[in-house]
Amino acid sequence: MAVALETRNLQREFGALRATDNVSFRLERGARHALIGPNGAGKTTFINLLTGVLTPTAGSIYLDGVDITRTKREQRVHKGLARTFQINQLFAALTPLETIGLAVSERMGGGRDWWRPTGSKREIVDEVVEIAERFHLVDELELKTSTLAYGKQRLLEIAVAFACRPRVLLLDEPAAGVPEGDRHEILAAVASLPRDVSVLLIEHDMDLVFSFAERISVLVNGALFKEGSVDEIAADPEVKAVYLGEGDDD
Amino acid sequence: MTATEETAMTIGLAAEPASAGHHPAPATAARVVAALKRRRRWRPLEAVFWAATLASVLLLPSKHLILNEIAILGLFALSLDLILGFAGVISLGHAAFFGVGAYCAGLVATHGITEPLAGLAAAAALTALLGWATSYLVLRGTDLTRLMVTMGIALILGELANQMAWLTGGADGLQGIMMGPVAGWFEFDLFGTTAYAYSLSVLFVLFLAARRITNSPFGLSLLSIRDNPLRAAAVGVPVNGRLVQVYTLAAAYAGVAGALLAQTTQFVSVDVLEFHRSADVMLILIIGGTGYLYGGLVGAVLFKLLQDMLAGFTPQYWHFWIGIFLIALVLVGRERMVGGVAAAVRRLARRT
Amino acid sequence: MLTLLFDGIAYGMLLFILSCGLSVTLGLMNFVNLAHGAFAMAGGYATIVLMSRFDVPFVATLPLAFLFTAALGLVLERTLYRHLYGKSHLDQVLFSIGLVFVAVASVDYLMGSQQQIIKLPAALQGRVEILGVNIGLYRSFIIAICTVLVVVLQLILSKTRFGSRLRAAVDDRRVAQGLGINVNVIFAATFAVGSGLAGLGGALGAEILGLDPVFPLKFMIYFLIVVTVGGTTTLTGPFVASLVLGVADVAGKYYVPAAGAFVIYTLMIVFLLVRPQGLFARAR
Repeated sequence: MAVALETRNLQREFGALRATDNVSFRLERGARHALIGPNGAGKTTFINLLTGVLTPTAGSIYLDGVDITRTKREQRVHKGLARTFQINQLFAALTPLETIGLAVSERMGGGRDWWRPTGSKREIVDEVVEIAERFHLVDELELKTSTLAYGKQRLLEIAVAFACRPRVLLLDEPAAGVPEGDRHEILAAVASLPRDVSVLLIEHDMDLVFSFAERISVLVNGALFKEGSVDEIAADPEVKAVYLGEGDDD
Repeated sequence: MTATEETAMTIGLAAEPASAGHHPAPATAARVVAALKRRRRWRPLEAVFWAATLASVLLLPSKHLILNEIAILGLFALSLDLILGFAGVISLGHAAFFGVGAYCAGLVATHGITEPLAGLAAAAALTALLGWATSYLVLRGTDLTRLMVTMGIALILGELANQMAWLTGGADGLQGIMMGPVAGWFEFDLFGTTAYAYSLSVLFVLFLAARRITNSPFGLSLLSIRDNPLRAAAVGVPVNGRLVQVYTLAAAYAGVAGALLAQTTQFVSVDVLEFHRSADVMLILIIGGTGYLYGGLVGAVLFKLLQDMLAGFTPQYWHFWIGIFLIALVLVGRERMVGGVAAAVRRLARRT
Repeated sequence: MLTLLFDGIAYGMLLFILSCGLSVTLGLMNFVNLAHGAFAMAGGYATIVLMSRFDVPFVATLPLAFLFTAALGLVLERTLYRHLYGKSHLDQVLFSIGLVFVAVASVDYLMGSQQQIIKLPAALQGRVEILGVNIGLYRSFIIAICTVLVVVLQLILSKTRFGSRLRAAVDDRRVAQGLGINVNVIFAATFAVGSGLAGLGGALGAEILGLDPVFPLKFMIYFLIVVTVGGTTTLTGPFVASLVLGVADVAGKYYVPAAGAFVIYTLMIVFLLVRPQGLFARAR
């Protein structure tokens, strides 16, 4: 199977602390892969390296076989690597319509357009509506993002990343902080992502991991500790010891 | 009066109600397009505002000199709004572009090209170039380093203007600016009527352009950068590139404002580059409110009226009152203060 | 040449005393206080008033200038500044510019707009020749006082309980609060001392820097250079930055007087480009 995203000997230090330790990781095309690990294992650092928020001290990153280690953040997005954020990183003053529209129009190079009014390109509008329907945001399209219910904001997080039409989508704890009653909507949205999008899910919530993922990697102290199918990881005594045995924190 | 109504208008229309219920896709698309159109439609209050400015040309002939200053200040503040209100970049050295624009227009005129529009074009081109070059310095670092660098650039240019007396006239100022008629037709007069009409026309044209630009996908990407640069990059917005572009644009706007001042007062002094200019323009914009384009214009009207009023009894301590006002403004909260005024106006409007 | 260096060091030391308070408060509360120079000016005018109206000898006015501005700083911190810690940098900038404008206009109203002249005691006037270096007595006095202050400040920071708490709070405010350190009290105290030092610097520097109502505006950029270039995590950074700035400014004005203040501003911009996080910034 072809590899969508790969890291080779990826490394990142903060002073004496090695937050990412020689990680060689592969995400297969079309994968439903979860990355788990106890708090402080370096999951967020890893995502920040992949998306270009941080630069690695050593090692390299490949997207569809192309080296993107030194590629700028927004360029990685244009090349098909999008992410969501653990804590909402939305545009509080904009509406979902504007937010999703921004992502779509940037993808089509529309942001260079100084003179054309927003909404005058039909294909952008149609795509925004399509995405809004997929993520159940149609009724919220014209409300200010900061006034949306938290669950809807989490959906918008995913919708915006999806609007970048990624080939690889990194989901950083998509259901974090969502009240129990609204979780199913998030889970359904994640489960219904089209199969041609390779998904790496970074998660704490084991229910979500086991229901969604087909493969699991375990990160401990910045290094890859184990990788295997869901059943293998669930049955692995060492993983239980470092992670699952740590206590029920959800 | 129109000024404060303007503020009321934008606040009142900040959030638009969404219709409830599920629609099939084509209906939703139509609704979305309509909503976007509604956002950029001309509102009655905007028409009132511009009608009032037009009326001031005809009805207030004795005030044209001060009105001309207001129009120029308004354009200057509008240019700051483009970077501060729309892209979230704090600058304490915006006078750099205003001053360079003023000197450029002045020098073009003293070197024999007396057509005002040519001077404007030259000033716009030069300040755009300067803005583009310095934008790379401004991109780096935090708010604090931005403050420092913008302030530093303005100070350097101020020093330059002071030292290069052979070109700028130094501390005596650049004198002997003679302007030809605007577009070969309208002579400048002693009462400032042509000057005001000229400045106002330039302001109006540039305002229309700014309105169009801020309603474009480019403008939307600026708003996203202001709100959350991290996320803007994560949806594929080239943050630095966009900031360079808007900074260059704002610099050209400020340069045109400076050029208008030089042409209509036929004098440029080192004062155009001083720190208080940068501070004043920020104050003007803050008074009127950021991020809706009219803030700078409204602020300029209020600022000049206030200055005129206070100058009556304490001319040299004008900055004392500005200072008190700024402190109060921040302590009370900018939104609350502007919002309060807006609410009062709305109440008044309902009663009458 | 050496004389120039000596004058530059005196000037730099003065800048350090003037701006070290700003660097600590900026590091502690991430507060952009453009009004720091107003406290320096207050100290300078306190000395002038004490000398001319109450015939207090110059040297005796220095501690009084310190106390006066420290008290002023404390009062303003408790009444005004503390409301602004949570606000945006734009608000902080607007507020402190407002404060500067009020200070400038008030001093102009009360004291007049002219340059103030300080009559130094005879013992501090004149110059002596030591090993071929022409040394101004008053500048040696400044260097002596500032050296003592630097040593004392460093000792307070490194040896006392207050110092360790302060460092903890600068390092990570939330952790410090978690450890039971009352950051508000620390900040008020630091603000007062920082203002006091600025006031002392203003009093000491009136002779060299000049003193008039626009002092806070004239020197704002210098303080900010020291702080941004020096960084806010140590005192060493601002100290080195002050000395370099002092020497560069004195030398620049001597060798290329026509260039005026260019040297400094240009150096600052180049520097900020190379090290946007400051001279001794920790690697992050």
